[in-house]
Amino acid sequence: MLLISCPNCGSRDETEFHYGGQAHVPYPEDPAALDDRQWAEFLFYRDNTKGAFAERWLHSTGCRQWFNLLRDTVTYEIQAVYPMGAARPDRAAAAPESGTASTAPDSTTTGTAAPDISGTSTAPATSAGTTAPEGASK
Amino acid sequence: MADTAALNGINGLRHIRRSPASHLAAALEAGSIEGTVVLREGPFRTMVGLRVDPRSEEGARVVAVAGGLPLRCGDVGGADGVRVLWLGPSEFLVVASEDVHDSLGGTLIDSLTAALGGAPGQVVDLSANRTTFELSGTRARAVLEKGCSLDLHPRSFPPGTALSTEVGNIPVVLEKTGKESFRIFPRASFADFLGRWLLDAMREYASPEVP
Ligand SMILES: [Zn+2]
Repeated sequence: MLLISCPNCGSRDETEFHYGGQAHVPYPEDPAALDDRQWAEFLFYRDNTKGAFAERWLHSTGCRQWFNLLRDTVTYEIQAVYPMGAARPDRAAAAPESGTASTAPDSTTTGTAAPDISGTSTAPATSAGTTAPEGASK
Repeated sequence: MADTAALNGINGLRHIRRSPASHLAAALEAGSIEGTVVLREGPFRTMVGLRVDPRSEEGARVVAVAGGLPLRCGDVGGADGVRVLWLGPSEFLVVASEDVHDSLGGTLIDSLTAALGGAPGQVVDLSANRTTFELSGTRARAVLEKGCSLDLHPRSFPPGTALSTEVGNIPVVLEKTGKESFRIFPRASFADFLGRWLLDAMREYASPEVP
């Protein structure tokens, strides 16, 4: 089983996730201008990469947020985890599975002074030392 | 749980309400081993699904009603008997006692709805969506570890934290309420399965430990 590091929740079993197919497939700018072949290719045609493959995942029994993975389709090694909307990271500069400094803020907020974190782009909360995602990654 | 005359709302029909695991009550009692691991259902909590950006203005208004919103996976916010569990970056589960439900004379849901106002987000009464199992005792963690892949050791799952995960393959919110006590929130339709699963997992602790 894969151990997938959710950007929000830390490492969890693959069974908590749903696969969302190839990432970075843009919706056509002008769908009406496409002919049938182009439309079919947008809908159904996907790369069948051997090696690093960018794909979408949904943490369906956790935070219910989508994110992107860069995964090697041969070794299953997860080379990077990055937010939806972000560009595909350079393969060489792959994010580590864990151990990155946490940008997560304190546990609660008054609602006004919360640090500026983007909802789906926080680093894995792995280093703060008190909350569960750290333990969940072991 | 306060099943008293104070709870005579819902058009006076409170007494016929049945909780999702009520049919297991006798089995839960028979399967509990006092001092080792005890399982009971704590039904009918008021639960509210809350979606709001915690850093927004409306988030601040909601905070004024519910207490702090947790900002990170595992954290629990809230105040004054209202607990706010983190489900996602902008999604929370508000859990409170039964008697604060609006149908019983409380104001929690109305107040949250008013605090959100017309801003983006939602306040939904989910009180019937999930039931609560309360598992406690020296073996409570060992029981959960049979069907939960998270590290439940107190160093990584201390009291006062809660996680969405799976127990016995059932999606639940798992809250650690004390040193040896947990609350498990499965959806109502899974209550029967999970109740029986937990009873099965508890069974071995009724016998003397084999050295
Ligand atoms: Zn997650």
